[in-house]
Amino acid sequence: MTAESTAASIGSGTPSRGGGRFDAIVVGAGHNGLVAAAYLARAGLDVVVLESSPEIGGATRSEEAFPGFRFSVFSYLVSLLRPEVIHELDLVRHGLFLVPTASTLNPLPGGDCLFREADPQRTYRHIARHSRRDAEALFEYKLEMRRMGHLMYRLQRAAPDELAAAIGDRVAESAEHLDVDVSAEVADIARYFLDLPAARLRSFVQMLTMSSADFLGQWFESDVLKAALSSSSIIGSMLSPRTPGSAYVLLHHYMGEVDGAYREWGFQKGGTGAVAATIARAARSHGAEIRTDSPVARVLARDGRTAGVALANGDELRAGVVMSSAAPQISLGRLLDPEDVPGDAGAGLVERAARWQSGGCAGKVNLAISGLPRFECMPEPGPHLSGGITIAPGLDYVDRAYDEAKYGGFSERPFIDMIIPSVLDPDMAPPGKHVLSCFVQYAPYELAAGDWDDGRREAFGDAVVRTLAEYAPGIEDQILHRQVLVPPDIEAIAGIPGGNIFHGELRLSQLFLLRPDPAAAAFRTPLPGYYLCGSSTQFGGGISGGPARLAALRVLDDLRGVESAAGGGAETP
Amino acid sequence: MLEAEGLIGRSPDSQAYRWLPGAPGGGVAGSSPRRNGLRPLEPLRTPFHRRTSVLCESDSWRDWSGYTCVETYEPTPEREYWAVRNAAALIDVSPLFKYEIAGPDAERLLDRVMTRDFSKCRTGRVMYTSWCNEEGHLLQDGNVQRLAHERFLVSAAEPCLRWFEDCGWSMDVDVRDISEEIGVLALQGPRARAIGEAATTGIDFGAMRYFDLAAGEIGPGAGGGQVTVTRTGYTGDLGYEFWVASERAEALWDALVDAGRDHGLLPAGLLALDMARTEAGLVLIDVDYVSAVDAEIEVLKVTPAEAGLGFTVKLDKQADFVGRRALELERDRGPAWAMVGLEVDWFELERLWSEIDLRPQVVGQPACREPTPVFAPGGWQVGQCTTRFFSPLLKKYLGLATVRGEAADPGTELDVEVAVGYGRRRAKARVVERPFFNPPRKTAVDPTPGVNG
Repeated sequence: MTAESTAASIGSGTPSRGGGRFDAIVVGAGHNGLVAAAYLARAGLDVVVLESSPEIGGATRSEEAFPGFRFSVFSYLVSLLRPEVIHELDLVRHGLFLVPTASTLNPLPGGDCLFREADPQRTYRHIARHSRRDAEALFEYKLEMRRMGHLMYRLQRAAPDELAAAIGDRVAESAEHLDVDVSAEVADIARYFLDLPAARLRSFVQMLTMSSADFLGQWFESDVLKAALSSSSIIGSMLSPRTPGSAYVLLHHYMGEVDGAYREWGFQKGGTGAVAATIARAARSHGAEIRTDSPVARVLARDGRTAGVALANGDELRAGVVMSSAAPQISLGRLLDPEDVPGDAGAGLVERAARWQSGGCAGKVNLAISGLPRFECMPEPGPHLSGGITIAPGLDYVDRAYDEAKYGGFSERPFIDMIIPSVLDPDMAPPGKHVLSCFVQYAPYELAAGDWDDGRREAFGDAVVRTLAEYAPGIEDQILHRQVLVPPDIEAIAGIPGGNIFHGELRLSQLFLLRPDPAAAAFRTPLPGYYLCGSSTQFGGGISGGPARLAALRVLDDLRGVESAAGGGAETP
Repeated sequence: MLEAEGLIGRSPDSQAYRWLPGAPGGGVAGSSPRRNGLRPLEPLRTPFHRRTSVLCESDSWRDWSGYTCVETYEPTPEREYWAVRNAAALIDVSPLFKYEIAGPDAERLLDRVMTRDFSKCRTGRVMYTSWCNEEGHLLQDGNVQRLAHERFLVSAAEPCLRWFEDCGWSMDVDVRDISEEIGVLALQGPRARAIGEAATTGIDFGAMRYFDLAAGEIGPGAGGGQVTVTRTGYTGDLGYEFWVASERAEALWDALVDAGRDHGLLPAGLLALDMARTEAGLVLIDVDYVSAVDAEIEVLKVTPAEAGLGFTVKLDKQADFVGRRALELERDRGPAWAMVGLEVDWFELERLWSEIDLRPQVVGQPACREPTPVFAPGGWQVGQCTTRFFSPLLKKYLGLATVRGEAADPGTELDVEVAVGYGRRRAKARVVERPFFNPPRKTAVDPTPGVNG
């Protein structure tokens, strides 16, 4: 499904700039809000994006926090960005520049390590030092995960309600020989899903229900490899690798691809803020307007339909379509007045949004350092420094780190997933100096004892540096500057309630038709004309643009429906 | 006679002896020294070999004009390729043939041989040019440096001493093969200027324009030995080539590597170079065109225009030059063939691979040199695609192709054969302008040392 078919101009063409009247308003200028705006503008709509903070980007944000040092403040790698978004929005022309991070180093205590390189034969030899059986099993495991990633890719391409309808209809079809009218593509996906070999379906169910430790245990015996591979199962989630459901998060991270190769990751030159800037350029090139410092107070409705938004300063902007890229606590809980929703569809919406599982669990520690870190296991500079480096030396280690957060503390010896962006992009730091981007778990939103603002934030930073120094002795003396960010900071700066990087935990109870709410699962909310397009919808979190693209296509479809119903002049492809 | 002396394994179409002591598949019986008579020739080593060989952890070597050259230092070329585009890469291009042309008639000889106008080449400039036989068929393309009023340096992919000497018959000029006396390092990438400045003395990099040359010394202080720098390269990026006497080659390498340490400099092999030059849309002899001296049949011969090098032919120049009359006829008639850029977009790749339920299997592959047919849409063959690869930077499948003149206009839709799994499929392609990638920093005046230029 390309969006070429939606490129026909279906905008009203009403001149609007001065009058505060638009075809569509997008709330939030994170990467998803910008993608939605770009698609709508590309289809000819008059679009404005309203961002509450002074800068665009949301959690895709780069910042020169210290002179000469640029950081990806929050999100740090790109893999889930959908190829269709890249190509339909022509993002390369607008500045997309993804340098691959091809390896992962897991330093271990005592100067040992597990190193997975771009070259599979070398990776085999590295793993064989820990387990020959595991080294061999890794090939099969990766093949199965690529298959599962491909399966998820196929599933995610359709909106959830269409998929459910298609599968339901197909079941009905076989039972009652009904002639079902679903789009060829949806039928194709449904058929694909129903025709999967039993083994693949079993894997799929396992991934939705099992813990990643148990899932990986089906393949591997070595604790260090299981811990290394389970990293992707906890990123951004208040889960241990031993928590049931964590296997799904693993799968979520396998859905990513770079140019067709699943499980590849890339670093955007200039940091992830440059991704937002790139998408913003694409949106503007199609005529979208982006306004910062424009917090939206609520969505306006008239006669049971969306009529626009009211800004916090009292200004009102009119539009028949409003899309919110914010988390459901805001989009459904705060911006939408349930009284405006026709019938009883708004019942319980606010309460359910308040119960949305969306606690923060991760912090970000960005370090400016005077030279390359010297890891005990591989002290000299080399390719390992241009890949991911993960401190997760064993399942027990990660589980204990989780336990501390479960009881309201931060991990004293945390899980750390880091990259050295300045190795991939020399412009991130002055020559010879470097930036170290550490994604750290676990750090709860609220501490059981003490306060983040009362010294605990820096204590958390100290724990991270202490942990790093166990594997890279002397790093504490290389640190020039330090930026420590915890979930309340993510909430305050990126505007994500609770600071959950995915806008809500990726667990079965919050996926597919339940994401983010049964009444708003297909990007439509119960208020006609008001849509969701953020990470809390289908596709979930990560710099994918997938939710926003599907949501925008849904909006364009709906507009076409409205226009053709009204006998409008829109061309129906 | 030579075979009797143990020189088996010689490739018939190359001056290279593909015999490598101890290398797997080297296949030469008796790699021990001959008991008597001529010893087998050893592979040539560039003057940087002692440096490159310790860094070549992949053991991937390739023969280039008889020299053992690094194909990729690491097992996969990705990091080396990205260094070209995002930091800087150091590439040993010493196997180029190099000729010094000196004497009162040096300019006259070059104007006789070359299609470009060397009366307009000032000292301190480099000119990229073609040269042809009398039929106007392309022999080679290469760079000519004007080192002094009466002294030039020609670099070429194939030997051409005899051709230059014969063309200069009766002229007051010396042609000397200095190929083995000079080592050449290409320093390419957005950080090249910063590194070059730190590694040399006496060269004003800020004042060097595209295709300028300058001389200075190696290292931060005086006394490091002479080096000539040209703002040239084969990557389509900001870059310089460093020309050094072989005995100072290692000093140059060390100075550049030292200076590059803080700028992300990586040594890069020929695979990365090939990826970069494809994005730059630069043609390669023996791959994208066949030199007239190697063309066994007439149809393989091309004129400069047909090889995409029409811009190097200056029919308005004063001097008569080899091939001029034929090229004038071609100007009136129009070239029969054209070198074009082809672009296959992502959705076409998705469509092809989805037929076998896969995502496109294109990323991470070096440029492919196996020629494949190019067709009119759904129709007959109109040419061949000689280099193709998926650019991880531009995220498009790119090809260099020679097609019939009438199929060469930008925007023309063509089909190109693509291997999908074990199948051969036709992919819809579009003729696009070359270069595919052309950053402003390549030609910028006073380029910034940063990456965003």
